[in-house]
Amino acid sequence: MAVVEVRGLSKHFGDVVAVDGVDLRSEEGEFLVLLGPSGCGKTTLLRMIAGLEQPTDGEILLGDENVIGLPPRARRIAMVFQSYALYPHMTVANNIAFPLKSQGMEPGERSTKVQWAAELFGIEGLLQRRPRQLSGGERQRVALARALVREPTVFLLDEPLSNLDAKLRAAARDDLMEFQRRIGTTTIYVTHDQVEAMGMGDRIAVMDHGKVRQIGTPEEVYHHPADVFVATFLGSPPMNLLEATGFLFGFRPEQFLPEGIAEVESDRVPFTFHVNRVEYLGSERYLYGHIREYNETKIIAMLPATVTLPIRADQDHKFSVAADQIRYFDRETGEKIPPRVLR
Amino acid sequence: MTSVAGASRRRYLADNPRFLAGLFMSPAVVYILALVGFPFVLAIIYSFTDISTGNPDLDFVGWDTFARVLEDPVFRQALWNTFWFAIVANLIVVVLATALAEVLTRDFKGKWLVRFLVLLPWVAPVSLATITWLWTLDSIFSPIDWGLRELGLITENMYWLGRPELARLSVVVVQAWRVVPLAAVIVMAGLIAIPSEINDAVSVDGAGTWRKMFQVTIPLLAPIIAVAVLFGVILTISDMSVVYVLTRGGPTNSTQVLSTWAFIKGIEGGALGQGAAVALFLLPVLVGITAVVLRLARRREVL
Repeated sequence: MAVVEVRGLSKHFGDVVAVDGVDLRSEEGEFLVLLGPSGCGKTTLLRMIAGLEQPTDGEILLGDENVIGLPPRARRIAMVFQSYALYPHMTVANNIAFPLKSQGMEPGERSTKVQWAAELFGIEGLLQRRPRQLSGGERQRVALARALVREPTVFLLDEPLSNLDAKLRAAARDDLMEFQRRIGTTTIYVTHDQVEAMGMGDRIAVMDHGKVRQIGTPEEVYHHPADVFVATFLGSPPMNLLEATGFLFGFRPEQFLPEGIAEVESDRVPFTFHVNRVEYLGSERYLYGHIREYNETKIIAMLPATVTLPIRADQDHKFSVAADQIRYFDRETGEKIPPRVLR
Repeated sequence: MTSVAGASRRRYLADNPRFLAGLFMSPAVVYILALVGFPFVLAIIYSFTDISTGNPDLDFVGWDTFARVLEDPVFRQALWNTFWFAIVANLIVVVLATALAEVLTRDFKGKWLVRFLVLLPWVAPVSLATITWLWTLDSIFSPIDWGLRELGLITENMYWLGRPELARLSVVVVQAWRVVPLAAVIVMAGLIAIPSEINDAVSVDGAGTWRKMFQVTIPLLAPIIAVAVLFGVILTISDMSVVYVLTRGGPTNSTQVLSTWAFIKGIEGGALGQGAAVALFLLPVLVGITAVVLRLARRREVL
């Protein structure tokens, strides 16, 4: 087990800056998620930690040892790839044994280890199969077993669930969490899926344009976004943003509630919400509309199914947001600023 | 009114896929029938007759022509040579092509120049390239001999094409030189098709260069290498220019192969029936190899 730390890490591909001066430090045994849209540099960052990509500038420390210039095999890391990258011509047993062979482990010890890893993931019955004879979920388990078998100090996972269909993904997420908790190895997990990030991460590093915009627990990044990017990238639908004189403010769609539903005693800011369209989704209702005073900016409200109050389209409704749920941002930099007076 | 009818008729033909298919395919079909199909059928017919340039009547003699061809010790030498040249040349090809493909997929300065040079033997016409080799292996002026002499390794010329063993070696080397570019390009295509995540996984799993080469890359490339080799075997077996230009089968038939023997026997010697029989001798082998190539090419799967 080890702490992963990067300092001022940059990677340029010609004129393109993929990673731009990232500082990041994991905790011991932490599940750290790198989250961001495609092209934000999260995979490049992971590949640099793995040693598959040489940084243009900066330091990478694994367990306080600077590993810049060391090849992947000298870093005691394990990586699971998006496509799993199993060796198609080898049996499952040989796939799992491959990193051990590379270490020069004796055949006897090797097969004990392979057996142990296979049992951990419940794939003992598949050892003589080849990757093409396996389902997506089984391939993922083989890839995890191959990564785990050499007992790495750090686990690197690059979108390992994106090749699974939606149903399998939920189950695989559960498996992955349980397994990570049991072995307790520091894990860095790359994804563009915010549900995965929120559900799995001890902390989330939100990335955009090669920079880390915010690092924090799922609660922190969701409720206290550091800037406009984080506020609008997280959450589905994203945070509503409105422009006041000289600054921006925003609130989550689920915080925007009709009058009479919200707790009366809390300090609330009222708005007149003109609803254009109501979308009924079973477990919740989405209300699309705008607030007249704010430049016709589009606003979405999300009401849980427990709110049965009838809301008609093409009418004005009285809505409000708890004052402590409103977030304020600088208009120029987009960064978080202290609360302002709204009216 | 007739012009409208004519125009609509033309449009009808231009929109008719069956007509268009026939039209576009006809040059290829005519070419194959006239220059491959017709001589091929003629050769089969000739091989069952005793036709010669002196007596151009088609007298069918059954398998007699084949029997007479088989009795000839030169034919047996040629058959033996054909197989050995193909096998040895293509063993060299496999090693060189795999190594070259590995080098050419790396990034280095002057890569385009090296790629160009590697492909050069392939774009040069066989006979022209072989004439260059003829000069290179010349009994008196060979630059190879000159180099060896300057290095003090030999005191007199090697006579590359004048001694049976060296002449065989020369033919094999030139054949390999000729086939390597094609094989290298085929193997290169196979290398590029290996998913980059597989190579990343090998690095992370800690395998060194040799382990990666022999336990991952080559097994994954095996089907494509097989295709390259089988192409090479077909090219070497069916080629006559190299042997004909370098040695004409000599000295004393020691480098004779079936294709040159068929030409010498049938065209130069006038025994058309026997020439045809010699030429057809390896047809079943070539058909078999072709079938295997086509199957491999279709079955190829990386993941």
